[in-house]
Parts: sequence; C-alpha cells; structure tokens
Amino acid sequence: MALTLLKRLAGAALILLGVAAVTFLLLYGLPADPAAMIAGRSATAASIAAVRHQLGLDLPLPEQFWRYLAGLAHGDLGRSYIQRTAVGTLIAARLPATLVLMVCGIGVEVALGLTLGVLAAVRRDRALDRAVMTLSFVGVSAPQFIVALLLLYVFAAQLGWLPMSGYGTPAHAVLPALTLGLLGAGWYARMVRSAMVDVLDRDYVRTARAKGLSAGRVVLRHALPNALLPIVAMIGIDVGQFMGGVVVVEAVYGWPGIGQLAFQAIQQVDVPIIMGVTLVSALAVVLGNLLADLAAPLLDPRIRAR
Amino acid sequence: MHPSLRTATAAAALALAFAAPPVRAEEPGQGGTAHQGGTVVVTYKDDIATLDPAVGYDWQNWSMINSLFSRLMDYRPGTAELVPSLADGYDVSPDGKTYTFRLHPGVKFTNGREIVAGDVKYSIERAVNPKTQGPGAGFFHSIVGADKMTDGSAQMMPGIEAVDDHTVRFHLVQPDATFLNVLALDFASAVPKEAVDAANGDFGKHPVGSGAFMLKDWTIGQKLTFARNPDYFKARPNLDGFTVEIGQEPLVNILRLQKGEIDIAGDGIPPAEYLKMKNDPAMAGTIVDRGQLETSYITINTTLKPFDDLRVRQALNMAINKERIIRIINGRATPATQVLPPLMPGYDKDYAGYPYDVAKAKALLKEAGVPDGFTTTLYAMNADPNPRIAQAIQQDLAAVGIKAEIKAEAQAQVIEAGGTKASAPLIWSGGMGWIADFPDPSDFYGPILGCGGATQGGWNWTWLCDKGYEAEATKADAMSEPSQKDARYAVWRGLFTKIMTESAPWVPVFNERRVVAKSKRMGGPDEIYIDPTEVIDYPSIFIKG
Repeated sequence: MALTLLKRLAGAALILLGVAAVTFLLLYGLPADPAAMIAGRSATAASIAAVRHQLGLDLPLPEQFWRYLAGLAHGDLGRSYIQRTAVGTLIAARLPATLVLMVCGIGVEVALGLTLGVLAAVRRDRALDRAVMTLSFVGVSAPQFIVALLLLYVFAAQLGWLPMSGYGTPAHAVLPALTLGLLGAGWYARMVRSAMVDVLDRDYVRTARAKGLSAGRVVLRHALPNALLPIVAMIGIDVGQFMGGVVVVEAVYGWPGIGQLAFQAIQQVDVPIIMGVTLVSALAVVLGNLLADLAAPLLDPRIRAR
Repeated sequence: MHPSLRTATAAAALALAFAAPPVRAEEPGQGGTAHQGGTVVVTYKDDIATLDPAVGYDWQNWSMINSLFSRLMDYRPGTAELVPSLADGYDVSPDGKTYTFRLHPGVKFTNGREIVAGDVKYSIERAVNPKTQGPGAGFFHSIVGADKMTDGSAQMMPGIEAVDDHTVRFHLVQPDATFLNVLALDFASAVPKEAVDAANGDFGKHPVGSGAFMLKDWTIGQKLTFARNPDYFKARPNLDGFTVEIGQEPLVNILRLQKGEIDIAGDGIPPAEYLKMKNDPAMAGTIVDRGQLETSYITINTTLKPFDDLRVRQALNMAINKERIIRIINGRATPATQVLPPLMPGYDKDYAGYPYDVAKAKALLKEAGVPDGFTTTLYAMNADPNPRIAQAIQQDLAAVGIKAEIKAEAQAQVIEAGGTKASAPLIWSGGMGWIADFPDPSDFYGPILGCGGATQGGWNWTWLCDKGYEAEATKADAMSEPSQKDARYAVWRGLFTKIMTESAPWVPVFNERRVVAKSKRMGGPDEIYIDPTEVIDYPSIFIKG
C-alpha cells in the first residue's frame, strides 16, 4: 500500500513537471511580447529592452525555465506582469472561494444525482424514469451560461430570494452551486441509474428480496453500495475540474475563484498567473484521482484484496 | 534665475478652452446640491490591476489612483483646465526650459509624514526608472537626464532638483508646451519612499498617498474599500468613502443598479442592451453618455505593398461605410473624419474627411495599378464587438475588390503584430484605440503617427515617419508661451489635416462615446462621471441631499 502510494506520488510529480514544461513552452511561443505590453504606449526601444532585462526575458529559454523551476521549488510562482503581486498570493486569496464552490457543487450534484438515479433505476421504464432521464438530458446539455442567467433572473432579480452575485454568505453560494450541480447531477443520475440497473438484476439482490427484506433496505443497503464505485471515481475527477475554476459560473455570479483569475490573465496574456493556475489545477486533478483511488478499497473490499 | 514671466496666476490663462463649463465639487451642479457624506458602491467586472501610480494605466484604476494621490498639477473637475494642486504656484523661465514649483506647505502623506520636494523628485524618477517597469516613463522625456534613466545607465535625473524642502525645479532639454499636462498625469503622483520600500515590490496593493481618499481594505478578487482622507489639504471630498466591487458581469450590475444595490456600474451598459435601456423610462436619469477624447481607426502599414501607394490608402478611406459600423455598436459613436476627436483642441471643423464613395475608391485602385484588388490581412482584438466590426470592414473592402483575411487575437498579440515592422498590413484599433492621456493634440501624434512610435514595440502601426511632419510637430511643441496657445493649436490642426490629405495612413472610423450607469440618488453633472481627463471624478461625485 505504502509502495503504491509512493509510486503514485512520484508519478504525480512527473506529471506536474510535464505540465509545467508544456505550458511554459506554449506560453513562450505566443506571439505577444510582455515587455512591450508592460512598457506601455509611450515606450521606446530602450525602455522595452530595459523591461525585458528586468523580467529575465532576454535569457535563453532553458535558463528561463530553470529559473522558474528553481522558484517553484521554493514555492515561488513568480509575480503577475500586470498586477505585480506574487502569483502565490493571488491564488491563495482566491482558493477558499473555489474550494467552497467545489464542495457545494459536488454536494448538490451527488445528492441530486444519487436520488434521481436510484429512483429512475427502481422505476425503470416507467414514467418517473423517463422524466428523470429527460431532465438529466436537459441538465447535461443546457449551456451553463444560460442556466446561470436563468436562475439568476428568476430567483434573484424577479423573486429576490437570493443575492444576485458576490460571495460571503451561504445564500451567495446557493445559485452557483445549483448551476454547477444541475449539470453534474445529470451525469450522476445517468451513471447511477445504469449502475443500479445492472446491480438490481444480480442474483444476490434477488436473494435479498427473496429473504423478504423491505424494498428500501434492498436498494439502499445491498444494491447502492455496489453501484457507488464509478461515482467515487467521478467525484475525484470533479475535484480536479472544479479546482481549475469553473469559469462560466464564476463569471456570471461574480464568484472570486481561481477560474475568474485565469480568465482575466488569459485576456491580458499575464503569463505567470496562467502558469500558476495551470499548475494548481493540474495538481488538483492528480490529487483528486489519487484520492478516488485511495477511497475505492475502503468502499469495495474486493479491490482491497487485490 | 530670472524673475518669472509667468506665475501661478497665469495658470488660468494657460487653461485650455474647453466645451464643458467648469464644475467645482463645492458648487451645486445641475444634478442637485452637493451633499456631504455617505458611501457609494461602484462595480467593475475585471480586477483592479494595481493602485501604484507609476504602473496603473487603464480606465478603471486611473480615476482611483487620481483620488488616492496628489500631483503638482491637476485639472479642475469635469474640465480640461489645468490648475496647480500640490504646488501653490510655479514660475517658468523666459526660455521655457526651467519650471520652479513651490509646494503647498504642510501636506501630509496618510502615514503622517509631510511631503517635501525630495518626494516629488523621487516619485518621478521612480516612474521613469526601468526597474519600476512602468508604462509612463516616456512622458517625462523632456526632463534632462530622462534618457539615461530610461535606458538604465543612470539612477537619478539631474533635471529634477529639490532646491529646498518646499521648492522643486525641473530643467528641460527643450521647451515643452505639454509639460504641465505631463505633471498632471497619475504617473507624476507623489509617493513616500518608505512606503514603497515597505511594500516590497507590491506598492500597487498597499498604496500610501496624500489624495482625497485612502485605501482602507483590499480583499483580492472581491472588493476595495476607500475612505475619506481626514487630513486632505484641499476641500474635502463629498463622499465619506466608496467601495469598488469587482468580478460581476456588467449585465448583472445593471440589474443590481435597478434594484438599488449599487450606485455606479463602471462598465456601463452592455452594447446589446444599450438601446433597450436608453429607451426604458425606468432608466431615465441613470445613463451618462458622453463623448471622450477618443478615435477608433484602421491603421494602414505604409511600408507594405500596395499600401505604400497613397492612392490605395485613399481608396481604403473611401471604401469604409462608417455609418454601418456605428450601427454595430448601437449608435454609441459619431463618424470620424480625421485623427483628432471633436472635443480635442486643434480639431479641424472645416475638414470633412474622405467621403464614402465606392466608385471613386475603385477608380483610385485602378489608377494605382491594382484594378482587380488584392489580398491582405486585417488584425483586430478578439473581444466583442471588434470581430464583428472587422467583418463589416472586410465586407466593405470586398466591395472594392480587396480580400482581407481577419486575424482576431488577444490584445497583446495584436499590439505585438502592429509594433513589428512589415508585419500587420491593416489593424482595426477597437479596444486598443487611442484615448488621449491629456487634452492636447500632440498626444495623437508622437506615439501613434510620429517617428518615435515607429519602432519595434511602438504604437505607430502605420510605420509612417515623415521628416517634414516631425519638424512641424517639434515646432508646435516648442510654442510653450501661453500667448502662443492658439497659434500652436493652429499648427497642429494644419499638420493633422495634412497627414490625412497627403498621407492618409489611417481610416478614422468613429469617435466612441463612453457610457456609465448611475443610481438615481447620485448627484452632480454628467461631466464628473465621465471626465475628460479621468473616468469618474471620485472626489467630486456626491449623493443628493
């Protein structure tokens, strides 16, 4: 177990190094000169050259990358070209908002998805099943931007039950989490349904029914745990995805997370921020998958035995 | 030092004649009586990049920085009229090359220390120093020693002299009619060295100034809280403070404005909603819609074939349907005939520009030897509405036989292409267009049409560099006597008209108006919400009493 963990961690470090190298190369290759942008409209060739030197952009590429890695080793992600603030500070300031949104979003999608998926599987091929599947289809395919604006318009602008946008109180989190959750719930409902349908046909479930157990007990105690495995893996993936920031939702609701930071940085070609956010989300994806893998044996003794 | 010919009392004479009447914060404006007190909420979608006056250079932070710091010169609120600010007065030597300022005594930074002449010297040197990586260095080029400072070979500028604690003197390389405008730029704001050092490279998030307001709190990605500076040396600002909330969509902010949650939607109204809201009685009195010192244009790279032929550039000028392009942005602009916007001194009222005439354009192309047109590339910024405008330009060009491929890219990439010689044939300037740094016509020449800007990384994307034009521009800028003001504007007027008739390196397309939405409780005239030299004049705005 410990060996597996070590191997996975080493793999994760390699993946991060690879992501850093690829991102660095891609951003370096962009036909945009940060020095000229910083030096502004009144710049002269001399002032642009001076800025380029200040930023170390006149060094050969391998040396620039080496310097970046050396900084990284000390937890230094560099400074934003535009804001001049340390990238680590900017990301750290926005991390809590992203974490809150991630936890709430996953909570909504799991709660909704599991409930609807189980109901649909139990009532397979009946009206409820079809209604749930249609709903989840709509949830999966509706553009998040539209869903977000629709929820905002109805619940905040018209009914006034919830704040329009911003961050700080639980009420602020409801609409963003719901927007995220509706999309995810669609996926989860479909997955849970197919997994449950599969499990409900198994012999042991028939045996449980034959023993005279109540329908609820059969579904919740015997069938559901066996259908959960793919869901846990999916939550792991979601952790990674959401940590990268959910750009659309964060933009519409003015949610001060990492996605918003990345979005602005891309607009401004603020390379150090783009690098930093990419690395943080890569780290989250790796960690999310790792956590899902670690959790699997706890849920399924068969994996533990292997 | 000769006794001065000009003194502070001459400041009014030097003031630029401007369309808008002067409005002072203390005076009752047309929007109700100036009322003291209260706090307001302002919103923007994008983060405030920095509040460091040597670095900040966008239309969001410019006004905030302006209200946090003091400078030797300032503009009377709502106007382009220069007035001494941190200085009580100034003298100019007869040759126009030496300016001596007397500091207002007893002005304190918000850290409690009194401002001395050395602070002014330090602050401007810091703005020019390449270590600061500030975008404003080039503005101070006429001060002795600025060139050596800019290229990093000197650590101070002998042209700025702290004579004693309350006197600062500037020595210029040559007379510069815009020097007082330069000293009114945010880049010339006084900052305390100890606070800059203490901020450890991040003064932009920990600003210490001596302006009307001070920064109380900055929650990154969420909001900035400004409070009245209790020790401010001038008439106190009207508001007790203001909060800037960031990160929310412009459309959401308009909804919040209608609900009374916020007071100023800094991003204005999204173009798609503009007409609807403008005609909505519920929005009456909330939309401020004013011209600004801006021109949006297509640059034509004069070094590339076939654009090196004047007739081709003139044909382009006649091929573009400006009215149709303005419809794309819902009429929020007026067609431009020339380089200068109508509000700028030196604008030529008698010059009508090139007419929209497809037949004539085709004839000119035939004359130039490209009767069947040619293929070329049009660069544009990738943010709405610029790609749509580029498409309209593309269609107009197609009508005269020119096939233009559109390259819609991020701002920095377009700027890079424009600033690289022989790289971008045509660029639509929208989103990067020229808004004047100060209300003087020279600002529309040097960086964007002069030889100085025609350099790698520069902003003269036409790569036009005409020795005759340079000589006239130099002549105009040497006319620094107040009595020469009108003559100087006349020189600029003639030069800009000549550039269009004899070189036509641009297609001036439109002069865009700025739109800000404010709640009904906000008082004061429109010009303090869209000020000619800053966007929102924070010290002047007020809540109606």
